[in-house]
Amino acid sequence: MRKTFKGGVHPPHYKEATEHREIEKARLPQRVIIPLQQHIGAPCELIVKVGDKVKVGQKIGEGKAFVSAPVHASISGEVVSIETLPHPVGGKVLSVVIQSDGLDEVDNNIKPFGSIESLSPEELKKIIREAGIVGMGGAAFPTQVKLSPPPEKTIDTVIINGAECEPYLTADHRVMLERTEDVVFGIKVVMRAVGVSSVYIGIEDNKPDAIKKLEEAVSGEENIKVIPLRAKYPQGGEKQLIYAITGREVPSGGLPMEVGVIVQNVGTVTAIARAVKTGMPLIERVVTVTGSGVKKPRNLLARIGTPFKDLIEECGGFNGTPGKVIMGGPMMGIAQTSLEVPVIKGTSGILVLTKEEAKQYEPGPCIKCARCVDICPINLLPTRISHFSQMGMWDEAEEYNALDCIECGSCSYICPSKIPLVQRIRIAKGEILARKRKK
Amino acid sequence: MENLKLLVTSSPHIRDDDSVQKIMYSVIIALIPASLMGVYYFGFHAFLVIAASILGAIVTEGLFQKLRNKPITVSDGSAVITGLLLALNLPPGFPLWMAVVGSAVAIGLGKQVFGGLGYNPFNPALIGRAFLIASFPGAMTTWISPVDGITTATPLGLLKLQGITTDYFSLFIGRVGGCIGETSAVAILIGAAFLLYKGYIDWRIPFSYLGTVAVLMYIFGKDPVFHLLSGGLMLGAFFMATDMVTSPITKKGRWIFGIGAGIVVVVIRIWGGLPEGVSYSILLMNGLTPLLNRYTRPRIFGKVKANG
Ligand code: SF4
Ligand code: SF4
Repeated sequence: MRKTFKGGVHPPHYKEATEHREIEKARLPQRVIIPLQQHIGAPCELIVKVGDKVKVGQKIGEGKAFVSAPVHASISGEVVSIETLPHPVGGKVLSVVIQSDGLDEVDNNIKPFGSIESLSPEELKKIIREAGIVGMGGAAFPTQVKLSPPPEKTIDTVIINGAECEPYLTADHRVMLERTEDVVFGIKVVMRAVGVSSVYIGIEDNKPDAIKKLEEAVSGEENIKVIPLRAKYPQGGEKQLIYAITGREVPSGGLPMEVGVIVQNVGTVTAIARAVKTGMPLIERVVTVTGSGVKKPRNLLARIGTPFKDLIEECGGFNGTPGKVIMGGPMMGIAQTSLEVPVIKGTSGILVLTKEEAKQYEPGPCIKCARCVDICPINLLPTRISHFSQMGMWDEAEEYNALDCIECGSCSYICPSKIPLVQRIRIAKGEILARKRKK
Repeated sequence: MENLKLLVTSSPHIRDDDSVQKIMYSVIIALIPASLMGVYYFGFHAFLVIAASILGAIVTEGLFQKLRNKPITVSDGSAVITGLLLALNLPPGFPLWMAVVGSAVAIGLGKQVFGGLGYNPFNPALIGRAFLIASFPGAMTTWISPVDGITTATPLGLLKLQGITTDYFSLFIGRVGGCIGETSAVAILIGAAFLLYKGYIDWRIPFSYLGTVAVLMYIFGKDPVFHLLSGGLMLGAFFMATDMVTSPITKKGRWIFGIGAGIVVVVIRIWGGLPEGVSYSILLMNGLTPLLNRYTRPRIFGKVKANG
């Protein structure tokens, strides 16, 4: 039996449109918008000014705080403005706008670092940090921070997340198929940086070709194992993935390192490989542009900062009237108000739903069918928490462990009454945290 | 590409295509075999009782919602289920007007006063039935024989009052006296299998309910098979104890619900003054459901058990 976790849902995969399409290089954008915050943690400090000429890979924002990651120019050209601009995660963020000179000239400082063996764990971590690498599965947590657990924590296992459980998305799938070598190289960097000998690559069994390809690639490696997982949402959730593969439960409110595990997304390890092999920081990533709302769905290798609009145009434009544009997948992705927002480091996909698909659901009464309870991977009672949230009963919501919700959205997905459960639980979480801060 | 009107809502952006309506209509479909058997054994009047009860339920639901200026939701199928379930729990020769009164009470007092679908603590059909037993005890206990159409007693009554036993086969196919939809175990099981397959009912409640009755009856020296097959136990276990709105949302809670209801049935059937006991057992456990939900919360992923 394939490994998995308890609970979860089975949304249709919707991956057919792009799962067999090779990664294609997106056209060089005319202009990129690079937000100074693309990660969880402190925003970067600006180190360029309007009028500066920049080259590909040149650092333009410095991450000074421990939990931060620098940002780099993804094209060569001129900084034409620095202003607060809409960010795909919401709100507005100070961003650097670079106008391309069309030359795509690489910064002189970019050069290969040499072999893994010639570099110490500390040097490897520094390279990763300087390359601005963050978790590319969507959470965008600075990778180097993850790789530097406090000394009292012993890490014995690294899990590479190739589950890609979100419907529609195929970027990780294609990376595993087409950049297998980089994936393995990146894994080795991580192994050396953290000093861990046991690595598992978790892949959902709806990607048999990727499982096979990676199994072949690591057949000579004793310490790296590919683990096929049952295709079920949210299989790629950190806690679910760790449990499925190691049987360890990340404690409530805790981090994976507390059970000796570090999880890295396949996109992230490829970025690490690139950084060590070529010296090039994280300036591009694979983005699945898909959904029945675009004419030609594709997997595009796009520069960070490319406006969504450009990529949608490159995919033949809209197919009919678009109803919703989402960054990420349909389960946890974020609906966009504008197409001017840029691709950021955590942009795994751009999903365009048609008018008909982008439904607004009218919630009905809770019929206590308990489906939300049965499928919650955390064993919460979503219907109760949602009820408390609506009634403003924050203490009760907290008592029912609202803070443990991983916001996977499975409960809202399955509810026959179309109750926006996770949305209401999120509100409760916000209130509980706000009240905690006040105390 | 400018001036797009994009819908912005919070995730998830896709939903499962099951709906409350689909679930309700599936329950109605699952009740069709038992209804057909009732009409087949007890004749056309049984059909009229079913029709009257459903009609009473629909009209009452619509009227209540109209008077309260709420959206009319009779098309969701839940009122039909209440009317149908009530009818299946009525004697075949029941006066039609009483059936209408019963279903009106079921919807009015059992459901709408609490705020409608999802908010009622007790199974509405059972509230209607309890009301009818209190108001019309005579009509509620007049049974007709499916064999010759003359008045008879139910197998449980025959056993309790006259010590007469009924053969398993008659009980299984339903050729015995009793309520319209409760006599044929086979018809009920066909419907139940459909709902279990669809995942619309959880096996835990019927399993623990029936299992408790069988085990206890055996312990007390009674015939467990006879007790499983007679009276309203099958219908109650698969179609009323499993009512989503009024049964626990936790798995542990469902086990306790079923076991508790089973104990009540056994106590009433062995020591009580009534031959039956299914309705009361379920109503009682309905009353305990909020408590069960509260105290049987599952262990949160990543939380160590207290003391362990
Ligand atoms: S899935 Fe929806 S209707 Fe069912 S119990 Fe949960 S909130 Fe209520
Ligand atoms: S309550 Fe939270 S963790 Fe549970 S299913 Fe809903 S979103 Fe996921």
